[in-house]
Amino acid sequence: MSNAPVDNSRRRFLTIATSVVGGVGAVGAAVPFIASWNPSERAKSAGAPVEVDISKLEPGQLIRVEWRGKPVWVISRTPEMLEQLKAHEDQLRDPQSDEPQQPGFAKNEFRSIKETIFVAVGICTHLGCSPSFLQGGFGEKVEGTDDGFFCPCHGSKFDMAGRVFQSVPAPLNLEIPPYYFIDDTTILVGAEQGEGVA
Amino acid sequence: MFGNIINWIDERIPMTRVWNMHIAQYPAPKNFNFWYFFGSLAMLVLVNQIVTGIWLTMNFVPSAEGAFASVEYIMRDVEYGWLLRYLHSTGASAFFVVVYLHMFRGMIYGSYQKPRELLWLFGMFIFLALMAEAFMGYLLPWGQMSFWGAQVIISLFGAIPVIGDDLTLWIRGDYVISGATLNRFFALHVIALPLVLVILVFLHIVALHEVGSNNPDGVEIKRKKGTVAEEDKPKFKFHEYYTNKKDIVDAIPFHPYYTVKDIVGVVGFLILFCYVVFFAPAMGGFFLEAPNFEAANPLKTPEHIFPVWYFTPFYAILRAIPDKLMGVIAMGASIVVLALLPWIDRGKVKSIRYRCGFHKLNIAQFVVTFVILGWVGATPQTDFKTILSQICTVTYFMFFVLLFFYSKNEKTKPLPERLTK
Repeated sequence: MSNAPVDNSRRRFLTIATSVVGGVGAVGAAVPFIASWNPSERAKSAGAPVEVDISKLEPGQLIRVEWRGKPVWVISRTPEMLEQLKAHEDQLRDPQSDEPQQPGFAKNEFRSIKETIFVAVGICTHLGCSPSFLQGGFGEKVEGTDDGFFCPCHGSKFDMAGRVFQSVPAPLNLEIPPYYFIDDTTILVGAEQGEGVA
Repeated sequence: MFGNIINWIDERIPMTRVWNMHIAQYPAPKNFNFWYFFGSLAMLVLVNQIVTGIWLTMNFVPSAEGAFASVEYIMRDVEYGWLLRYLHSTGASAFFVVVYLHMFRGMIYGSYQKPRELLWLFGMFIFLALMAEAFMGYLLPWGQMSFWGAQVIISLFGAIPVIGDDLTLWIRGDYVISGATLNRFFALHVIALPLVLVILVFLHIVALHEVGSNNPDGVEIKRKKGTVAEEDKPKFKFHEYYTNKKDIVDAIPFHPYYTVKDIVGVVGFLILFCYVVFFAPAMGGFFLEAPNFEAANPLKTPEHIFPVWYFTPFYAILRAIPDKLMGVIAMGASIVVLALLPWIDRGKVKSIRYRCGFHKLNIAQFVVTFVILGWVGATPQTDFKTILSQICTVTYFMFFVLLFFYSKNEKTKPLPERLTK
């Protein structure tokens, strides 16, 4: 122990320096704890594309497949359904699909590759429920439109191209996943044509 | 002999001092009514949740494959497993019943006002931790409502601009709610949040004992030192920690007076609680919702999904607003605004007994609003209910706006000098 007088500025410098180094250490130590909450490698690899056989899909029928744990709908739309899409365009939030909720190939009138076959992620863009397919019963939700999707959780409405109606909580059209036709009766959901199967 | 043991301990840890300071010689206002049961009842329920929770973890399997089946196993094959589970599930609802009544008591008697702001804030943090605890616990049985309820609540974070989507991915640990989500919620539900809750309850009580309890008259029992005549002081021994700083009037020691009173509350509570546990554990779908008797199915949303009743008032505010981000903001604001009550209420008089008639009306409309919101949030949405929930969202926030303005120059009744009956 020396008897030198207390050097306050030196003491303050050491206090601050220790605090800063300690703080950096604490932040560094937090990294593994926070990062461990991210999806694991196994969860990431489970996002592989899935094949869908649509040879038995009847007009007007909806089938669900699971991709990345989410429900993906494949629907064979009837000519009447396609006809009615134009009728209510003035009641939609985003009739031209300007928001990037679909791959480039689906930014068209029907939001699909083939007019009749509609593929969409069946998750409401509001808070993630899966809307119900009201076939023929949608008229009571939106007049003049027989078919559509109604989210039971918060009442969001979507038409047969997954486009969201106005004045519902959902802000965006339903998401269209990347997909392509391997042949006439098989769709691959999860990859676009030309991409390797990851 | 016994005294020697006590002495031996007291020389090593302040056991007697803490007992006296916080229980046997703690001065509590003499006029507590039944509204003052709910703090101790909340602690009773917390103990129930911790004990039954520990026993449930002994048979629960926290995995997407095993959770639902293990709950059925607990219900059917574990001896008294059904009782442990119903005590825990009914306890969750009972927790919110007593906490809401406890908070309402604070509102009507102005217990959040100066100098009890921090006490109120600790209470609000307890409320938040309790909501997180209840929400995460509800995912664990891995039923349909568990799954889709969690899906909705976690998606709320997706409304945050820019980071929303990454944040929800981080919370879930997967692209959808999955076993990864279940496991982390289990860890938080059984370890992290109970620890936080217990620490917050401890701080809540430390803060309470520092400022002292409010009472139905809202008149302080601690007076400036030297202002109270000797014959007006109660004939009880209070700890000098309190009497050295202040003169105390109209107080009785917490023990035995309020410990005995609280036992009456506990007995009354347990009669009701046990009735529900044994005769109506699902409480008509309000405590345990029907879709939750079906295992989680990520591909199919139940036709109607609602949170459990204790979240429905806030959920109704979320649904009332036809915009995702604004809905989430309104729901968050409805809770934050409660925490700000000590600063919104600018009145000097605490208790509803001596406040203006308009304040009584305002509190009455707030109660009605809260109940209607709770009902709307628990039933399927219709056009009428959407409008009703929008009206009630307005009246919910109007309570605070109005309070802020009229409390400044409020016409109040004269306060009594001493506590009344």
